Amino acid sequence: MSATVETGAAQPTLADAPSLRMVSRRPLALVLPFVLIGLWWYGTADRPDGLIPSPPAVGIALWDLAFGGIYDDAFSQMLLPDLIASASRVYGAFLLAAVVALPLGMLIGRLEIVRNLLEPTLQLLRPIPVTAWLPLSMIVFGLGPRSAFFLVALGAFYPILVNTVFAVRSVEPRLFEAAQMLGVSPARLFPKVVLPASLPGMFTGLRVGLGFAWVVIVVGEMTGVQTGLGAMIMDARQLSRTEIVIAGMAVIGLAGFLSDLAIQALGKRLLAWSPLHG
Amino acid sequence: MVESLLRVVGAGKRYPGGIEALRGANLVIERGEFVCLIGASGCGKSTLLRMIAGFEQASDGEVLMYGRPVEGPGPDRGMVFQDYGLFPWLTVRGNIGFGPAARGKPKAEVARIAERFITMMGLERFADVYPHQLSGGMKQRVAIGRVLANDAKLALMDEPFGALDAMTRERLQEELLAIWRATDLSVVFVTHSLEEAIYLADRVVVMSPGPGRIVAEERIELMRPRDVSSPEFNVIRRRLGALLHADHAREAA
Repeated sequence: MSATVETGAAQPTLADAPSLRMVSRRPLALVLPFVLIGLWWYGTADRPDGLIPSPPAVGIALWDLAFGGIYDDAFSQMLLPDLIASASRVYGAFLLAAVVALPLGMLIGRLEIVRNLLEPTLQLLRPIPVTAWLPLSMIVFGLGPRSAFFLVALGAFYPILVNTVFAVRSVEPRLFEAAQMLGVSPARLFPKVVLPASLPGMFTGLRVGLGFAWVVIVVGEMTGVQTGLGAMIMDARQLSRTEIVIAGMAVIGLAGFLSDLAIQALGKRLLAWSPLHG
Repeated sequence: MVESLLRVVGAGKRYPGGIEALRGANLVIERGEFVCLIGASGCGKSTLLRMIAGFEQASDGEVLMYGRPVEGPGPDRGMVFQDYGLFPWLTVRGNIGFGPAARGKPKAEVARIAERFITMMGLERFADVYPHQLSGGMKQRVAIGRVLANDAKLALMDEPFGALDAMTRERLQEELLAIWRATDLSVVFVTHSLEEAIYLADRVVVMSPGPGRIVAEERIELMRPRDVSSPEFNVIRRRLGALLHADHAREAA
């Protein structure tokens, strides 16, 4: 038979688009931060007694946090150890949450008995904010890193669970029919169809979950741990060192942002087939 | 006597709630035959096709493949869906090799089979592309290739070209006929286009709604390639069209 294919794929023109988009998107993304910093600067300049420090004061605090040599106090040069402490909690707790939430979500999504058994309870617990768990967590896990770990994991848990349940439940029925007529037995539908088909949804859950882990790290580190960006912010707050509080906020924002870029890049690589991620 | 490839004997389908989608359908498909099922929506043509595929069980009667009752979907009956049903996480190559791989063929053989059907379907340039990057016509080529690569004896096609533009549809009709001629494949093809049915089929089965049933069968003796504008073609079209529309008229009355 003839094998000509003029009516081909709808792809070639898209090939060079990403680089173009990157160029025009980056400067645009910088507009809002500059405006905000400008307003902040304007509002705080020439007010040495103001409660909110000016951008240069925060910049100096950040420098001292990173390299020392300015104030040489308890905060100097603590940025890297604190960042490492927080990041290891975020990623450790995130992995723990993923290890529990992914299989649990698949079971709830595919097995009615598990769904009926667990889902109502989990949904009932879901609206309780991580902050509210803080006192109980400190009683159960004690003061310190274990409590922090639990709270951060809790923050990451629900986004992963909810997205996984949704992903495995919304596999197109057509794909089951297609697999079965090609010879896949019902028992093997899970690895052959459900799992690959729900990867993009699970991935979205992981991405949101990792974001939440960064969001709740400050609450997690209110449990009396000695290190970490959250602990640093809490200490600075008690000493009214607002410039360090803001510097800590900026570092958390940046770390979470870079962490999200990394997981997105990973998704692009692993899920090239998905129109949502590829 | 040689057993027919497929026999549908007095098959009916009633859904819970009392809707009767199909009543008393009898149909025989011989090896190598190309049969089109045609009828208005609600005539049970898709139900009949899905019963043959094994996706639905008959409430009455039975479906026999090689004389044995059909109990569920299986690789001897490959289905081509209107919405393709391709696996989005697999490339064209992976989709075409899916059946052989799922049935445990060794990797090298799967690769060889995939290659062969990629070539047969004219998909060489798209072998490593994912389905979302393909046009509708290309997707349907992959869906057909995947059924052929799996050694299906009977291809069940549910309005496979219904979502395609006219040019692509005509081209795929040609290609399907060429493949069908070159292999021992049998085809049951559901369509609501009378022209498509007469153009493609050895035999056209006319179905009618309320409840869905088979009302007529006609063997198409025209030589291929058929000319849709020839007088002979139009004689058949008028006759079958009258059968299809008689029913509408009765319903309207």
